[in-house]
Amino acid sequence: MRPTLRLLDDGLIDRIVSEARDIVCTLGVEIHNPGLLDMLDAHGARVDKAAARAFLNESIVDRAIASAPAGFKLYDVHGRQTHHFSGDQVHFTPGSAAINILDGETGAIRKPTTADYIRYVKVVSGLPHIASQSTAFIPADVPSRISDSYRLYLSLLYGEKPVVTGAFTIEAFEVMKDLQLAVRGSEQALAEKPLAIFSCCPTAPIKWSDVTSQNVIDCARYSVPVEFVSMPLSGFMSPVTLVGSLVQHTAETLSGVVISQIARPGTPVLWGGSPAIFDIRYETTPMGAIETMMMDCAYSEIGHFLGLPTQAYISLSDAKQLDAQAGLETGMGATLAALSGINSVSGPGMLDFESCQSLEKLVVDNEICGMTKRLVRGIEPRDDFPARPIFEELLREKHLLIAKHTRRHLREEIGFPGPVIDRANHARWLEEGALTLGARARHEVARLVAAYQPSGLSADVTGELTRIMQAEARRHGMDALPERAT
Amino acid sequence: MTVLTEIAESLQRGEDDRVGHLVRDAIEQQVPALDILNNALLAGMSVIGEQFRLREIFLPDVLLAARAMYAGLDLLKPLLARDGVPRAGRVVLGSVQGDLHDIGKNLVGIMLEGAGFEVIDLGSDVPAKRFVDAAEAHGASVIGVSALLTTTMPVMKAVVELVRARGLNGRLSVIVGGAPVSDAWAREIGADGYGYDAANAVERVRALVK
Repeated sequence: MRPTLRLLDDGLIDRIVSEARDIVCTLGVEIHNPGLLDMLDAHGARVDKAAARAFLNESIVDRAIASAPAGFKLYDVHGRQTHHFSGDQVHFTPGSAAINILDGETGAIRKPTTADYIRYVKVVSGLPHIASQSTAFIPADVPSRISDSYRLYLSLLYGEKPVVTGAFTIEAFEVMKDLQLAVRGSEQALAEKPLAIFSCCPTAPIKWSDVTSQNVIDCARYSVPVEFVSMPLSGFMSPVTLVGSLVQHTAETLSGVVISQIARPGTPVLWGGSPAIFDIRYETTPMGAIETMMMDCAYSEIGHFLGLPTQAYISLSDAKQLDAQAGLETGMGATLAALSGINSVSGPGMLDFESCQSLEKLVVDNEICGMTKRLVRGIEPRDDFPARPIFEELLREKHLLIAKHTRRHLREEIGFPGPVIDRANHARWLEEGALTLGARARHEVARLVAAYQPSGLSADVTGELTRIMQAEARRHGMDALPERAT
Repeated sequence: MTVLTEIAESLQRGEDDRVGHLVRDAIEQQVPALDILNNALLAGMSVIGEQFRLREIFLPDVLLAARAMYAGLDLLKPLLARDGVPRAGRVVLGSVQGDLHDIGKNLVGIMLEGAGFEVIDLGSDVPAKRFVDAAEAHGASVIGVSALLTTTMPVMKAVVELVRARGLNGRLSVIVGGAPVSDAWAREIGADGYGYDAANAVERVRALVK
């Protein structure tokens, strides 16, 4: 059996969903996008344009939930399937859109550059338990108006894994769509084999800005999957009770599902989010708080209850360094997420309230992800019954190190982590340099960067990617893109 | 590919039946037993030992290769005894009195044989006197003493003291190992070496018999 965590019973989920539906229908959704308000009007919602408000109704909500797919697949730049967001399958992706990077050499938190981003893509390429790239941080050496498309450009140029990303403006989506089309070749090919997921964030409480709502619509036009990232802040911008915040999360996310499904029924979506409690002592939004993680797991249960695949910002930490707090918050989050069956888990590598990425933390978190994936495979009988023959062999041979049974099942039963996890005895640990976790992680980052193999995209495609990006940079006053070493 | 290379490579893949067949073929082709031992079996095990030392392969791989080596060595033994071929050294091995744990000691034995040593394995629950008696009787140059319990570690000291009492120190070395054992403990009791795992033990024994 697959081990599973449940925080809500079906009765409570039913009540939360019903209260959320009541809110989006009676209190309505604030929408700062006249075109979208027209669309909602045309689909039967009551719209108050002056107040920028749409009042959904049961029928629109029902149709949206019914038309959103129960699952979808994601494919790498070569069109090979890498993800199936379905049932309780779990995929990890680095936490995304940090504005800082933790410098592995100096230990300082600083602004990232193009060189950092390329190193990041090389590292992610070699991490077996991180299924996709995310556009994990924002290079500061390009104008902010192109920093979203530029991240996607570098990811597609250097990496092969699909990308979890997002546009910061309405115009940027066009460029980011063109970059994807350059890889896939046609709109139909991109629709058939999605390459990227776009994060689209409502604003608490229950609002959609022009940019984010338009991003949802534009993604739908090209069948680009969307993850809704609703961010209730318990006790501040949402009720302090976890159930109250879940009602708000459900209302905001339901409204996102409606927007995507009226734009194009069948658009793939992830019932996602990034709720948090509000720490009144520091005025911060701790992602490593257990209550934050409980909300993540609980809203994923609600998403699955509605028949939708889910996503969450979990398995990340608020620590400022790769320290014990980073390990405990990330480990606990990843374990809970996996047990909950959250389909897309965004978090690895992230520190400091989603504002700082660390390559060293990412390689450690990769091992956490591997362990949690093993956990949810559970315990299953293999060649175990009848038990007597293997015990006869053990008594006869004195050990089972090279028994056929061992060789057959060793790798499927036992996962062996990479060198960042210390399993040496004390003497060997001393002999190998008595390396701390930080030092082992730095070595592993360096090893992965050195072992990186260039993406197998053709020169035509990479040339087209660069042409699109250069044109976009020029449009924003940048004559040349930053130099890239390789 | 020569038959010797073929044996060495087959051994590295842990193919015991095939190593047996190939060694038999080599003997029939009049390849000298010493050649087969050094340039096929021990050459193959040397690669395995190095890969193990570099953590490229793991214990089961070594044990499979060692099993394949024995498949050939068993055929060579009568010929080697007849020719009086010298080995890398002779080691008496055992788990100390009161200790029935022997998997670590067995691994050391397998690794030592793989490295060309002749191993006299006294098993487990071995009193100090039996270690030293056996070393004298077999003309061994190293005693390897294993313990897995802190309560049985003092027997290691007794072995070292007995070697000294009989005036054998200098030509008979004592190396210790086991989970609770440390380099500091080895120094404290006056042992000549400490191996923290099986591969490390082989390196230490090699250094002691030089």
